[in-house]
Amino acid sequence: MFKRAEGDTRRSVTIHVEGRAIEAREGDSVSAALLASGLDARRATAVSGAKRLPYCMMGVCFDCLVTIDGVGNRQGCLVPVVDGMQIEIQKGKREIGK
Amino acid sequence: MIITKDAIIIGGGIHGCSTALHLCLAGLKPVLIEKDYAGRHASGVNAGGVRQLARDVAEIPLSIRSMGIWENIADLVDDDCGFESHGQVLVAENEVELAAFRARVADLNARGFTHEELIDGAELRRLVPAVAESCPGGVVSRRDGAAQPARTTTAFRRKAQALGATIIEGVAAANVRKEDGLWRVDVGAETYAAPVLVNAAGAWAGRIAAALGEPVPVETIAPMLMITSPVAPFIDPVVILRGRKLSFKQFKNGTVLIGGGHLAMPYQDRNETVLDWRKLSESARTVSELFAVMRNATVVRAWAGIEARMRDDIPVFGPSAIHDGLYHQFGFSAHGFQLGPGAGAVMAELVVNGGTQTRIGGLSITRFSNPSPSPST
Amino acid sequence: MSAPKREQYAVVVIGAGPAGLAATASAAGAGLSTLLLDENAGPGGQVWRAISSTPVTREAVLGADYWSGAELATAARDSGAEIIHRATVWSLDRNLELGVSVGGGSAFIKAKRVIIATGALERPFPIPGWTLPGVMTAGAAQTMLKSSGLVPDGRTIIAGQGPLLWLLAAQILRLGGRIDRVLDTTPRANYMAALPHAFAFMTSPYVMKGLAMMREVRAKVPVVKGVTELAAAGDGKLASVSYVAGSKRETLPADLLLLHQGVVPNVNLAMAAGVEHRWNESQLCWTPVLDADGNSSVPGIAIAGDGAGIGGAQAAIWRGRIAARAAIAALAPAAVAKLDPIAALRTGLARAERGRAFLDVLFQPAPQFRIPKGDTIVCRCEEITAQDVLDSVAIGATGPNQLKAYRRTGMGPCQGRLCGLTVTELMAEARGKSPQEIGYYRLRAPVKPIMLSELAALPKSDEATKAVVRG
Repeated sequence: MFKRAEGDTRRSVTIHVEGRAIEAREGDSVSAALLASGLDARRATAVSGAKRLPYCMMGVCFDCLVTIDGVGNRQGCLVPVVDGMQIEIQKGKREIGK
Repeated sequence: MIITKDAIIIGGGIHGCSTALHLCLAGLKPVLIEKDYAGRHASGVNAGGVRQLARDVAEIPLSIRSMGIWENIADLVDDDCGFESHGQVLVAENEVELAAFRARVADLNARGFTHEELIDGAELRRLVPAVAESCPGGVVSRRDGAAQPARTTTAFRRKAQALGATIIEGVAAANVRKEDGLWRVDVGAETYAAPVLVNAAGAWAGRIAAALGEPVPVETIAPMLMITSPVAPFIDPVVILRGRKLSFKQFKNGTVLIGGGHLAMPYQDRNETVLDWRKLSESARTVSELFAVMRNATVVRAWAGIEARMRDDIPVFGPSAIHDGLYHQFGFSAHGFQLGPGAGAVMAELVVNGGTQTRIGGLSITRFSNPSPSPST
Repeated sequence: MSAPKREQYAVVVIGAGPAGLAATASAAGAGLSTLLLDENAGPGGQVWRAISSTPVTREAVLGADYWSGAELATAARDSGAEIIHRATVWSLDRNLELGVSVGGGSAFIKAKRVIIATGALERPFPIPGWTLPGVMTAGAAQTMLKSSGLVPDGRTIIAGQGPLLWLLAAQILRLGGRIDRVLDTTPRANYMAALPHAFAFMTSPYVMKGLAMMREVRAKVPVVKGVTELAAAGDGKLASVSYVAGSKRETLPADLLLLHQGVVPNVNLAMAAGVEHRWNESQLCWTPVLDADGNSSVPGIAIAGDGAGIGGAQAAIWRGRIAARAAIAALAPAAVAKLDPIAALRTGLARAERGRAFLDVLFQPAPQFRIPKGDTIVCRCEEITAQDVLDSVAIGATGPNQLKAYRRTGMGPCQGRLCGLTVTELMAEARGKSPQEIGYYRLRAPVKPIMLSELAALPKSDEATKAVVRG
């Protein structure tokens, strides 16, 4: 859906999406990194289980919610990637305590 | 223009709407006057607890009467109001509390009330598996539950209107007086007149009572609530505490409602409240300690509803002590939602029959005008 | 990224876009203790997003207007203000107390003056299928472009109207991205309606830049004008986009649909603080009631930038300076003499606002794109459709707050940001009332969700602390 433009010289960062390592760039938001990775990063809504991807990328739509390093319901579009970050895609209602 | 009705009800909360509905069922044509809209304040934004548990003895007969209506609420208002009956559990946080609960249940039993049941730690954990290991037991009222408050108040309003009540929203009742044997209330350019006036104006009811010569010790409060985003179902009954302020409930959609009586600052005349986040933080701490699994939940909204609290924490309910045709139904002190359906039914009996089989004597406004002698010191 | 250093500031500015940066530079420059809180990783807001970190360094790609933000970002940085990024203000009340979350921990701070500069968000664009994966806002694509140098490479359609749409299309093309079609939804009647305002616009700074950008895009991408219907379709993700323009109905296969029909003030924080807003008939949104200095109905709270009503980046800078000047006049009167005279600021603002009326009329979105029908989703969080809302109106829901009791609209995490305007206009139309009469959701803190554990870790109340000491 998206590709990286030429001439991006930012440092490479590795994050893990449900155990799978993907390459991102320093300064990417988690959501941007997921969209750039080409992985199926669609979450399922808590209400009906409908598939969603980020809509606004500016912190207002909450369709980018992901679990980051064990903490759920984070807005992926507002969190910059960090080397070694663990991402889980949320499927429906979250189990609490995870 | 003067419009004559059978009764004038001031206040479109659950109580005013329920009374309007029951007066219609009794064949009367009431008018209900609501300055904002039905359910705008506490009736629409409370925790929705349908609770007989842990009530003052003076309220219990009214609460039991109401419970019977709740269990068939759809028959009355054509809407199940989101009512779910999974019981309510009063959790003892330690042995001292449990001992006090044991004495309370014994006292209720002696009075003939059997809805509260003492439970041990094993039964507590069966009902509320996620509760902290340190809690030794509690009390359950198994028929209790919860409903959706705004939906409920709206359903009562809608049914009352369908049965012939006139509902006026967005205009305040003004200039309440009695002339030529009829109560008169100005509503915008119009005046309503009726032999019966029901004061169900919540936080605004104390002013009406005082203006009619019956001042009572009442204050305006705004209990705060907060709700989380949906989490997987983990608790069925409503959980309340006695020592610390907490009520706790998970809805079918997974959201968890956290309340318990911490207060916001009410700005009554602006219809506004300012939340006290330090107090909400205490609620969050209590929840974290009692239900460790909740720590990662996210709070999506907090709010407070404006209502009246009496000095003795029980409502003013019944006929005026000094005026014929005036009835009070206010001051439910943050626990009036469950009482709404039954209170409307009883109020209609008081208005139509002049009396009721439901014991409500302890709620009379006369308790403030004829105070019992204070114990000698 | 660290918590605020103090418990109290003279001025707290919320948002580091043009208005917030300008207000911060002025207030701190005048010697006031100033705290700038911003949710993003760096300064710039939306229009200058990633100004200090973008990988898109070739100047011509993002354009001169973008790079003009660098100067102000530097001015704010060097002003002596405390600046905290990735800070979420989740509460502000009429006592000027703020709850702010930084790095997973929250703190309360007090201000003598608060300048809200939380800007704008894109107007909801509720067409059939707008919740499908692969449908995003144009602003979302622009964010990815500026922050990460990401551009569309699948079959991409851009639909809607307004200056940002053309700017984005030009930027994508300059950076080697793919656009298959531009679907222009500007209602044809708007061109005539806007004519009386055209002279002011023709003499505004926007006109030449706007026309040049449209030419640049048209040279490379087919543009369909007069689009009156639009729908996205697909099973679990976007597969196609259908549209109607005149007598032509067409369905295009698509991987990415970027929607845009203008921006509207981001009102959540201001409304939750109790600031009075009114329906703005020309911009079709809620705007705060403000005096000439940007002061709101809540004493001590001013609003600057697009949150005060859409005016664009240049107007936002002037409004930020004006609001800061009022704060300085109140808190450090001696410092006012050194500032630009107020008349100069107001002249600057008037110049920047020139041509706005033309844009407001020309790019006023058509009713069918604001007020959806049938099973089109209105509330994305709770998945409530237009028909659900109308059904609730039919059985007695009179406004957005009553509607919550029936349908939970606006009660999800976005707190109405993506459905509020739609719900107001939909209910207004259904009930034959004005949006002002119908009203808006009562918004409450937290304006952004907060973890229970974070809330639990807040400093205790005085009362609770005393109880512990006594105990």
